[in-house]
Amino acid sequence: MTPAIRVQQVAKRFGSVEALAGVSLEVPQGEFFGLLGPNGAGKTTLISALAGLVRLDRGRIEVMGCDVVADYRNARRQLGVVPQELVFDPFFSVRETLRIQCGYFGIRQSRKREDWIDEILANLDLTGKANANMRSLSGGMKRRVLVAQALVHRPPVIVLDEPTAGVDVELRQTLWQFIRRLNQEGHTVVLTTHYLEEAENLCTRIAMLKAGQVVALDTTANLLRRFSVHELRLKLAPGIDLPPELASRARHKEGVWFIAFDQYSEIEPVLGILRANGGGLEDLEIGKPDLEDVFVRVMHGKEGLPPLIAGAGASAASPGHLEVAG
Amino acid sequence: MTGFPTLFYKEVLRFWKVGFQTVAAPVITALLYLLIFSHVLESRVQIYEKVSYTAFLVPGLVMMSLLQNAFANSSSSLIQSKVTGSIIFVLLPPISYRAFYMAYMLAALVRGLSVGAGVLLATLWFAPLQFAEPLWILVFAMLGGSILASLGVIAGIWADKFDQLAAFQNFLIMPLTFLSGVFYSIHSLPPFWQQVSHWNPVFYMIDGFRHGFFGVSDVSPWQSLTIVTTCFVLLSLLTLEMLKRGYKLRA
Repeated sequence: MTPAIRVQQVAKRFGSVEALAGVSLEVPQGEFFGLLGPNGAGKTTLISALAGLVRLDRGRIEVMGCDVVADYRNARRQLGVVPQELVFDPFFSVRETLRIQCGYFGIRQSRKREDWIDEILANLDLTGKANANMRSLSGGMKRRVLVAQALVHRPPVIVLDEPTAGVDVELRQTLWQFIRRLNQEGHTVVLTTHYLEEAENLCTRIAMLKAGQVVALDTTANLLRRFSVHELRLKLAPGIDLPPELASRARHKEGVWFIAFDQYSEIEPVLGILRANGGGLEDLEIGKPDLEDVFVRVMHGKEGLPPLIAGAGASAASPGHLEVAG
Repeated sequence: MTGFPTLFYKEVLRFWKVGFQTVAAPVITALLYLLIFSHVLESRVQIYEKVSYTAFLVPGLVMMSLLQNAFANSSSSLIQSKVTGSIIFVLLPPISYRAFYMAYMLAALVRGLSVGAGVLLATLWFAPLQFAEPLWILVFAMLGGSILASLGVIAGIWADKFDQLAAFQNFLIMPLTFLSGVFYSIHSLPPFWQQVSHWNPVFYMIDGFRHGFFGVSDVSPWQSLTIVTTCFVLLSLLTLEMLKRGYKLRA
């Protein structure tokens, strides 16, 4: 079957900055695909190239088998893009905006078109705002309209570039419920997000970009398995700080310290350091790593993080095998 | 031409929704010019026989308003979309560069013609007009409006900021339109400035347009038609090439 997206040896340079340095990947039809990476990794450039907003220096991209340059009209018909920036046309109401967007794709006025617009509005909880001017909407509402605009022509491939950045929990839930449904109905979804928990829950496969290159590409389950380090979760008594030799290795989230490790023999030295520094341990838990750990490890490069405790297993932080593309 | 009717409709709707600013205001400005200049010069200046100065002025003001507003429409729409980022809505769909050009150009022409018609209607009270050769009126209105609409597309694409567009408007469009014989016949100018005026394409648009009203003009309407048509073809080709290459629109 033709892949929904095929990216082959794609390169793009902006002045001295190499935004994409030979990226190759394929997204099969019907997949929920995640594109992750730190700021400046090339995610938005790749999406822009996919949408024809950026012209490539090298390589080619196809959407549902249509070349985005040579056959750009068919390629764009297959694609619905939710841009990262909160943009809107201040002259029009929500319904006018969606009707205009339909017209750009050659979808003429019909009962079917209006029904679909109504359905999108209802699913994104926008029905009450259908006749409101775009200027009067809150940021979250404007974000919903951007999603609606990307869906009006029923594209088989939907690209969401950080769609939940700065929006409330309610919208996230509404949005993901709707996008999940579209994915189950056969739409391919490509998502970039800084919320790794979202990516872990939603995406079946993930590519990680760093400095314009794909540094990891695998199913979410495999990525988690390949980086199958464990995690020590420590809660310290109020006023007690984690000793510096551990803090440099740990990450802190909502009052809990997370320390990754490979072997159980690494736990005792950690507890020893804590005891030597006056204890203060309130709670301890051993857990499996989440995508955030995988992301941090991959972004630290193939060498991975330094060992948890010096001498406690040289391979402790090896990130395992990576399917490196490009 | 997928998307062309909608993009054209959207562009017309955009200026129509703020019609007081985009149509009524320029009509009032032109009316003020007419009141002031005709009051000061009516009894002192006679350019063509049996044509009062006020009557001479009206077609010039109509054409000047038409040209300036055609330019303003396409240029301001594009720069606003670029600055706010909403240009992405017309770059993502399968709209060809030809359809893109035609929609922006024709919508700007519609605004230019609307303002021109408004000025003509408003000024009819002040001077009895003749319509000696109406086809010339139509031809030069269409061609002149299309040229300035195309220039507006070029300026809107080229400018990254509002002040760059303002510079384009103030240092190119305004001098070209004001120094084109709107308020005078170039025969009243010293020889040097007469020569300079012959290099101004807007002079030919206004002179040809005025010929349609009075049947007389500074140069032959056929010469004006040749020059104006050439300008239109060259500017259209330039605009289409810019759009085809994605100049400043697709990185």
